Amino acid sequence: MSKHTVIRAERLGKKYLISHQGQRERYTALRDVIARRVTSIHRSAANLFRRQPTRASQKEEFWALKDIDFDIREGEVVGIIGRNGAGKSTLLKILSRVTEPTEGRVTIAGRVGSLLEVGTGFHPELTGRENIYLNGAILGMSRAEINRKFDEIVDFAGVAKFLDTPVKRFSSGMYVRLAFAVAAHFEPEILVVDEVLAVGDAEFQKKCIGKMSDVAKGGRTVLFVSHSMGAVASLCETAILLQKGRVKAIGRTGKIIEEYMQLSTPVTQASFIEQEGVPSITGISLDEEAIRRGDFSAQIEFVSPSPLRPPVGGFIISTLSGVPVWGTNGRFHPADNRIVSAQRGTLKCWASSLPLLPSTYTLSGWLGDWHQDFDQKLNVLSFDFNPNAEVSLRPDPDAIGHIDWQASWMVKDSSLELTSLTRQ
Amino acid sequence: MSTAAVESRLQEESSQFTRKRVLVLEAGRAERNYWQDLWCYRELFAVLAWRDLAVRYKQTAIGVAWAVMRPLLTMMIFTVLFSRLAKLPTEGHAPYPVMVFAGMLPWTLFSTILGDAAASLVANASLIGKVYFPRLIVPSATIIVALTDFLVTFLLLIAMMFWYRFVPDWHFLVLPFFIVLAVFASLGPALYITALNVKYRDFRYIIPFILQFGLYVSPVGFSSSVVPAKWRMLYNLNPVVGVIDGFRWCLLRGQVSFYLPGFLLSLIVTVGFLTLGVSYFRKTERTFADLL
Repeated sequence: MSKHTVIRAERLGKKYLISHQGQRERYTALRDVIARRVTSIHRSAANLFRRQPTRASQKEEFWALKDIDFDIREGEVVGIIGRNGAGKSTLLKILSRVTEPTEGRVTIAGRVGSLLEVGTGFHPELTGRENIYLNGAILGMSRAEINRKFDEIVDFAGVAKFLDTPVKRFSSGMYVRLAFAVAAHFEPEILVVDEVLAVGDAEFQKKCIGKMSDVAKGGRTVLFVSHSMGAVASLCETAILLQKGRVKAIGRTGKIIEEYMQLSTPVTQASFIEQEGVPSITGISLDEEAIRRGDFSAQIEFVSPSPLRPPVGGFIISTLSGVPVWGTNGRFHPADNRIVSAQRGTLKCWASSLPLLPSTYTLSGWLGDWHQDFDQKLNVLSFDFNPNAEVSLRPDPDAIGHIDWQASWMVKDSSLELTSLTRQ
Repeated sequence: MSTAAVESRLQEESSQFTRKRVLVLEAGRAERNYWQDLWCYRELFAVLAWRDLAVRYKQTAIGVAWAVMRPLLTMMIFTVLFSRLAKLPTEGHAPYPVMVFAGMLPWTLFSTILGDAAASLVANASLIGKVYFPRLIVPSATIIVALTDFLVTFLLLIAMMFWYRFVPDWHFLVLPFFIVLAVFASLGPALYITALNVKYRDFRYIIPFILQFGLYVSPVGFSSSVVPAKWRMLYNLNPVVGVIDGFRWCLLRGQVSFYLPGFLLSLIVTVGFLTLGVSYFRKTERTFADLL
């Protein structure tokens, strides 16, 4: 098979405008716009008298993607990797035409299709049969194509008996199987998969990966966005590493993953200038070796004009989105050794086996004594927590929470109980 | 290598290979082959329309009852209010309830399209964020549901005509033209409102008010002939007036004071609204995925 270029991106860029009007709003409300207009009219009227220039509206440009160039050839399986916010999903959105680039261009030869989240484009009120046509059409299949593959899809999903039942009565397993069967029989020339789409459903995720390798073996082009280096390494020959909206590197997967690992150089040490007249933190450091093992070990250096009685430290681990997940503090986890007072020193803290899912976290430090808070340094360190460099597929912590904790389950079938009750 | 050369090479390669379509994505590019694109997605339009229809009439009895009860009850209230209490005249010899119902039909069509279209994009937000298709087909697909409701209501009108022994004549044959006009008169404002509804999420609170207001400024409960002659032209700035007058003219044996200059004005306003609606929708369409 000859290798033609099927996707070419040239100086591709996507800009978003972030409004700094208070908090970042999910959507605009007309009442806010009106209120803003009224206040700005009022303000400019007031400024007319004060002869002050009106402040321009606070909008900041944010380039989610900038100067992206790459070529993808037919039959290539390409992984797109990078940290959260590197622009991976934006890139997929542009390629699948959901959003338009702000500048540059992409040339694509062939039909692009995406594997969608389970049930996107399913309607619970409609029957299985109806949903096959609905979902197929949404994915981009023609009616004739669905007709041709209909029996295959039904066989694959194993829902032949329930074809005329509304899918709202389907068990979740049947639902997923049907959704997947439709997607699996969709045969675009270029398949686009965002791993995050399959969040929360391990089986669907696994099936998607399987489907992707089938598609790849069939000689079609696949673009795969993932946080899981394991999945990327096993599926993709080529990878594109994005960093802050730019292409950091393109090449053979192994090399690119290595680069990605190096790229995410965690900040494990920070020093601060001593504040005059008040107790202050002068340094925070984190033991990388311990983090790699899955443990926690960090220390705070402090200086104080007068002795602290006793010095107490604290740490908080937060997610990148700023949600605290775990914290410790000398007030409720008192130090093992008793020091009555100190003017300068280090507070060292250990914890073993942090129950956290692999992700990037930040660390904040705090300094005080039994009664007072003196200093805090918020989110000054960052680290990747991924003990034993785990490669198995994990759900995205941003979706299911960051705590890694075992749970036990029991399933009880109440329908049997009901029949035995009625018999009595 | 220049971009044009790459494109032509890609095109060349793909043409000798398979029947692949070469697609170029860049800012503003979608604009150029928009209508052609819309045609390519006609099957999705059909499927979305059919989905809405299937869901609406899944519980057939309730679906039909809803399409029947709403105009029927409104017709009764209007008849009592405007004919019995306000003693307004009907058109020609037509019974007042039939006259009201003939106006009710296009009004219900208009308000259903407006209301459903406005909600359609937000209701399909999950699709819009993940799959590409010309967004215009989502609000447009609601027309099919509205037309089906219209058909059901139309059967009711026929039943009423039997009851009052009122038979329309050849004017009836022009009705399809006015149905098409009614759809276009609805589509313009509907698209505009749909786009606004995506941009300003609290706009939906204004829609019921617009519809209620529209019901009273349109000649639904009464005949346009009660409007003083000097105000007729101004009255026809409301595009629905032209449509309702047209419906009555067709259904009530042409015994209607059909005001041609006013009708032409309504027609112009309709075209104006349609142009405005489509162009505003297309202008904002590109940002829908980022907003929803």
